[in-house]
Amino acid sequence: MIELRDLHKAFGDNQVLRGVNLTVPKGESMVIIGGSGTGKSVTLKCILGLVPPDSGTITVGGKDVRKTDRDAFLARFGMLFQGGALFDSLPVWQNVAFRLLRGSLKRPRNEAHEIAVEKLRRVGLKPEVAGKFPAELSGGMQKRVGLARAICADPDIIFFDEPTTGLDPIMAGVINELIREIVVEMGATAMTITHDMSSVRAIADKVAMLHDGVIQWSGPVSEMDDSGDPYLDQFIHGRADGPIESVR
Amino acid sequence: MTLTRPIAAIGHNVLSLLASIGRVSIFAARAVSHLFRPPFYGREFLHALVQIGWLSLPVVGLTALFTGGALALQIYAGGARFSAEAVVPSIVAIGMARELGPVLGGLMVAARVASSIAAELGTMKVTEQIDALVTLSTNPMKYLTVPRMLAATLAVPLLVAVGDSIGILGGYVVGVTRLDFNAAAYLKNTVDFLEFWDVASGLVKGAAFGFIVALMGCYYGMNSGRGAQGVGRATKAAVVSASVLILAANYILTEVFFSA
Ligand SMILES: Nc1ncnc2c1ncn2[C@@H]1O[C@H](COP(=O)(O)OP(=O)(O)O)[C@@H](O)[C@H]1O
Ligand SMILES: [Mg+2]
Repeated sequence: MIELRDLHKAFGDNQVLRGVNLTVPKGESMVIIGGSGTGKSVTLKCILGLVPPDSGTITVGGKDVRKTDRDAFLARFGMLFQGGALFDSLPVWQNVAFRLLRGSLKRPRNEAHEIAVEKLRRVGLKPEVAGKFPAELSGGMQKRVGLARAICADPDIIFFDEPTTGLDPIMAGVINELIREIVVEMGATAMTITHDMSSVRAIADKVAMLHDGVIQWSGPVSEMDDSGDPYLDQFIHGRADGPIESVR
Repeated sequence: MTLTRPIAAIGHNVLSLLASIGRVSIFAARAVSHLFRPPFYGREFLHALVQIGWLSLPVVGLTALFTGGALALQIYAGGARFSAEAVVPSIVAIGMARELGPVLGGLMVAARVASSIAAELGTMKVTEQIDALVTLSTNPMKYLTVPRMLAATLAVPLLVAVGDSIGILGGYVVGVTRLDFNAAAYLKNTVDFLEFWDVASGLVKGAAFGFIVALMGCYYGMNSGRGAQGVGRATKAAVVSASVLILAANYILTEVFFSA
């Protein structure tokens, strides 16, 4: 279980998070929606310890993340970054198997290669892709490689930052299904950031909307459509007028 | 008000300079401390060694060759003013080994390596690759910085040694072909006058310059601002600060090694 309590974060005088409270139960798929620049990525980065929060607490499985052993903590996580963040100096399979080639999860090279090829197949990529470099792949393929890397060491907790942004609708559908499958199959706890309402419906058990630095609304995906929350309604239906200013 | 403004500006700049020195020092201390704690990334180290050492050979070699040749011509012309043309071989050798080999080698490596390290790490930073490393349980300091700093500190002295030799060769070629030196006498002069410490001091300087180059490249790369502009700024800052620091360190080391 992931629990955020009164999380605050500012960059200079840009107050991004102003008291975020959020609970993600174990094994559930939580989707975070919200306008761009509202701090969704920053929230995930706070949980991972990539960005230090100014105040508030983050607990994972009941333990304060700042007081746990970082290596053991991170070994349970998989993260798909917004831009893929593949290492462009390494071939695809070494990206996917990065964790398995060094550190505490190290395995023999050929075994790591095999696992990488298997995970690539899992995300719908052919074994030929394994030897290529990230720069040789299309955006959609890079996203899928990122996904394969995130699930390579069978994490308990997976974060997906805008997994379908910039993809065509068909590829987006493929990725959505894949994420749903991975979450159900692996029984992992997932947090997904997206702007894409079809993604939300495909992936989410629960939805949380981040606006103005706080969680404006959260609840099961089934209650999303008749929440009565004007902010959520405006976002879901993509209206230009409503309580959310369209000029930001 | 108008009178104090320039003073305030100077104060502000001095303070921010001191703050940067502090940050760089902390960064360097952290990098060095990671040098002695596992895990070690041998593959990355070898890769850095090839990139920094082997691939810098042409640049450093050509720089040394032309410098040695020009040095021979200048010393000959200068020596002729008090009929001391015969000093050409020994001054070329001492000049290359003590000063020009390490300094010019260091500056060329600064241009080639500090820029590429800063651009590479800066791009990794802005494309979230460094964040990705952390989430994959890999310490960027150990994986990216330590191999490069170690490789540069070891490779640049070797580059300097090669540069010294090629520079002396450049002087020899010019001396023999243009200045009518006897080939055997030129070589004998070079060998007789050159002392162990002339060469060794240059190699120590090389190690210091290599450390500076990689430190500046890594520091500015890892702290790159956001976007392409951030990477551009990081690259420029790395090259400029590495070059200035090399020249400053060269003066200090020369004082330490050679002032009576
Ligand atoms: N490292 C950083 N330094 C300064 N500002 C940042 C940094 N990371 C994010 N921000 C700012 O925080 C705000 C939220 O960013 P982000 O979480 O990436 O938005 P999004 O909700 O679209 O994912 C933005 O205004 C962004 O400019
Ligand atoms: Mg984002």
